Amino acid sequence: MTVSRRTLLAGSVAGAAAVGTGAVAWQSADALPPGMLGGADAVRGHRLRDGHFPEPVRVEHCDVAIVGGGIAGLSAAWALADAGVTEFRLLELEDRAGGNARSGRNAVSAFPLGAHYLPIPNPEAKGVMRLLEQLGIITGWQANKPVFDPYQLASDPEGRLLRYGRWQEGLVPTTGLSDTDRHDLIAFFATMKGFSGRRDAAGRPAFAIPMALSSRDPDLLALDTISMNQWLDEQGWRSPVLRAHVRYCCRDDYGTEPAEVSAWAGIHYFAGRRGSAANTDGDTVLTWPEGNGYLAGRMAARLAGHIEKGRTVYRVRNEGTKAVVDSYDEATKQSVRLIANAAVVATPHFITRRLVQGGSAGAGNFEYAPWLVANVTVDRAPGGPGFGLAWDNVSWTSRSLGYVVATHQGLDPKPGATVLTWYLPLSDVAPADARRELLAKPLEYWQAMVRDDLIQTNPDLAGTIRRIDIWRWGHAMIRPTPGLLWNGEREAAAKPRPPLFFAHSDLSGMSIFEEAHWHGTRAAEEAMAHLNHPHVSALT
Amino acid sequence: MARDDPARGFGGTRAGAALLASAFVVATCGLVYELLAGTLASYLLGDSVTQFSIVIGTYLFAMGVGSWCSRYVKRGELQVFVRVEVLIAAIGGGSAAVLFLLFDRVQDFRLPLYGLVLAIGALVGLEIPLLMRILKDRLEFGDLVAKVLTFDYVGALAASLLFPLLLVPHLGLMRTGFLFGLLNVAVAIALIAMLPDRRRLRGELVGAILVAIALVVGFAASERLQRFAEVAAYGDPIVYAASTPYQRIVVTKRGSDLRLFLNGNLQFSSRDEYRYHEALVHPVLSRVATPQAVLVLGGGDGLAVREILRYPTVRSVTLVDLDPAMTALFTRSGMLAGLNNHAFSDPRVHVVNADAFRWLKANRRRFDAVLVDFPDPTNFAIGKLYTVSFYRELARAMGPRAVASIQSTSPLVAPRAYWTVATTLEAAGLFSRGYHVYVPSFGEWGFHLASPAPIGAAGPLPTGLQFLNAVTDRLAFAFPPDMARRPTPVNRLDNQVLVREFEAEWARVEG
Repeated sequence: MTVSRRTLLAGSVAGAAAVGTGAVAWQSADALPPGMLGGADAVRGHRLRDGHFPEPVRVEHCDVAIVGGGIAGLSAAWALADAGVTEFRLLELEDRAGGNARSGRNAVSAFPLGAHYLPIPNPEAKGVMRLLEQLGIITGWQANKPVFDPYQLASDPEGRLLRYGRWQEGLVPTTGLSDTDRHDLIAFFATMKGFSGRRDAAGRPAFAIPMALSSRDPDLLALDTISMNQWLDEQGWRSPVLRAHVRYCCRDDYGTEPAEVSAWAGIHYFAGRRGSAANTDGDTVLTWPEGNGYLAGRMAARLAGHIEKGRTVYRVRNEGTKAVVDSYDEATKQSVRLIANAAVVATPHFITRRLVQGGSAGAGNFEYAPWLVANVTVDRAPGGPGFGLAWDNVSWTSRSLGYVVATHQGLDPKPGATVLTWYLPLSDVAPADARRELLAKPLEYWQAMVRDDLIQTNPDLAGTIRRIDIWRWGHAMIRPTPGLLWNGEREAAAKPRPPLFFAHSDLSGMSIFEEAHWHGTRAAEEAMAHLNHPHVSALT
Repeated sequence: MARDDPARGFGGTRAGAALLASAFVVATCGLVYELLAGTLASYLLGDSVTQFSIVIGTYLFAMGVGSWCSRYVKRGELQVFVRVEVLIAAIGGGSAAVLFLLFDRVQDFRLPLYGLVLAIGALVGLEIPLLMRILKDRLEFGDLVAKVLTFDYVGALAASLLFPLLLVPHLGLMRTGFLFGLLNVAVAIALIAMLPDRRRLRGELVGAILVAIALVVGFAASERLQRFAEVAAYGDPIVYAASTPYQRIVVTKRGSDLRLFLNGNLQFSSRDEYRYHEALVHPVLSRVATPQAVLVLGGGDGLAVREILRYPTVRSVTLVDLDPAMTALFTRSGMLAGLNNHAFSDPRVHVVNADAFRWLKANRRRFDAVLVDFPDPTNFAIGKLYTVSFYRELARAMGPRAVASIQSTSPLVAPRAYWTVATTLEAAGLFSRGYHVYVPSFGEWGFHLASPAPIGAAGPLPTGLQFLNAVTDRLAFAFPPDMARRPTPVNRLDNQVLVREFEAEWARVEG
């Protein structure tokens, strides 16, 4: 849809008339605010798919090459820097590092474009814990528990839910429940608590984060062969409230319907978090106005001298003992060959498969969930009947996952304008179809969808919306479908082929900061071991 | 023409008496609505002379308009009269409720106010001319004028006596409105009932019954409506009201008693605020050897600063209050600046309009005494100002022997909330000592002293205090069992237990 000259003219006349009559506050139902359509650079991505790149015009050398600047690539680079490796370079296709953790900023606030929080890490997530200490987010230790900077912990209240026209605190419904609902909810959460506390004979938790440290007990791994819905059916839990809550959580963490989520992954969402802290509860999360863009930004700042942006890596291969990385420089429109002693390939698996010649192992059934993220700038914070504004605001009946408030961590007693980050996983259509829709539909289509959903949830937002910026994620996250996690494909894809080493949260089957960090750090340590570079593992 | 008149056959002395009685009722009602509008206007807008004059003038003018318009009623006077009664019942009866509900929600309150006054006045103005015409065939002209006007004036006397003596004190403005609306509608229904051919007025009857039901519901729901219309709760005439980006400021005055309300919550009454502010300030400053630099967080009314300036050693007072409208009001308004002894005009006082938390985080100065006078933690935004993170920033702003006091709500009503402040201060590494005083307009009220060093006994107090002396200072630190310290959690940004406790404990009292 393009704006015709006539509508534009009519619009400006109406606008002038509105100003003239002093009725500027009035907003027509059709009027859409300005905004931009953004997303992972589809042109660069598709050129990669089509594979037409000029041959390299020059050859460069370094010790370690890192391909991809998402959290996995940044974590690999961080580990190298920590170990004193100096000759490493990180090549990023986009103009900014951070991957899913990238963020935006306008005059009102910084805001996330994707990932927006990090839970208090589990005790076994030693690498992340160390990173948080280095970043000053963990400020000390008391009785073996980390002390977190209180300003970076999500302020109370964290979440609220709109149901039957009233906001209640928390995301699990507490009112209007039938006996079945109550029974099933209690039974479900009790079972999750059981899973959370379970350890195997070797002392490994049933569900660990990083998931590589989880128990391999057969009855647990068997959960990966069925879907979350099948597992709930087997338990006999049919409460629509419980099922809707589980659906919300599966879409929230995996962008995928519970019928298509591995039960192992589904349970991991509820039973995997065992964090504890000296100065907060274990279920608190860390967050920032720009979401995980804060973490990505802090990491990238330290590594700035090593990061090369706008570099589309189109081929990675090993030549004898060397790794050869060919990339296209978007600025000079020339290709460059980088020859390294080792390479960490930290791209999503669907990219890695194309880059690595000879194909990386396990070129199997990796699927990706498409997401839409909108950043909505409003004149004043929304309210509504019942419980007041929280950080995360969810409507029981909305197709979206709700919105988080960018200025929630602020200390202003009366925040005025703010930015609401609105999330929609396109989980109710097949991923490929959803991706096509995502690319085909114009900005106005998505803006209208976001506006209508927000006003339905918060009628008080009518007339306050100043911008709606849309961000499209075609391959937002890996879909942990049944079988993906424990049928061996994942591990096969992560297996190093020296001098090539592989890193990405895809290799865990779950798009989580800690998993990306684990694989990035692991791959960097494997590379350093390969190069006989002394280092202390951050993972154990 | 006569065939169309539903009043045909409406005769006899019974009907005549009924019509004269209705002249009495409508006169009473008419004056009550006028008094309601005048009272409401002076109550909500202040300056009762102006408000009453304009309302009475407008109302009388509108009555004239109504009388003039009666000439356009060519036939069916009784039917029109019944309709007018039903309309007055609806508009006049609901006027007080509507005005209360609109007060906070409209840009200019005078628009709905005078709109309603004009509408009611015009309708009331129609009543007497119509009545006279209905009665004109039954009475000789001289008798007619004498009788109708007599009932009219007696009705006015009744209204003007009933209104201040009985109605306002016992029913309140809203219910008075609804009650007199019911009287108007009763007149309409009674007249219809007395008609021989009442089917012709079936539409009017249905309308009258619907209005009657609405008025009864309104009367019954008045208390709930009052709660909606927060201004109705102030109880005293409003002399100043303003909405700032941060809060609604309302000042009321009855006699010599000035009261400040922020968002409907009483901040002080000029009758007993000395108890509160002496208790906030002197236990702190008398425990600092030579207080020079003093910080006040909140307290935009300047009353705490007035107490601080009693100490000749004080060289500077920094007051950080969010709302520039508050500090400006208490600087410029002669009446209010008189209360704080023109503290904001003192060269030692520096007013900073900023959010206290952000200001404190950025602050690098150290103070000898700090007074923390925030509103009660009624929401999560204010709750942040009572967290351990805030008190850590506070501790950074305190010299090694500095003392602070913190307004901490009522230890009698909300003992868990009150002692949570103590636990939280201690978690921030400060020593704390709770104390409480009785402030009649608040009830039993609590504070905490906080200091990086152990807190000792009070030093000499300034002269001229009305409440605090060596004995009352010592007594304030004793807590009877019903307010005694109990184990409480630490209030943090990420748990905000204080807001939840505060709400639960106050809800128990307020029901």
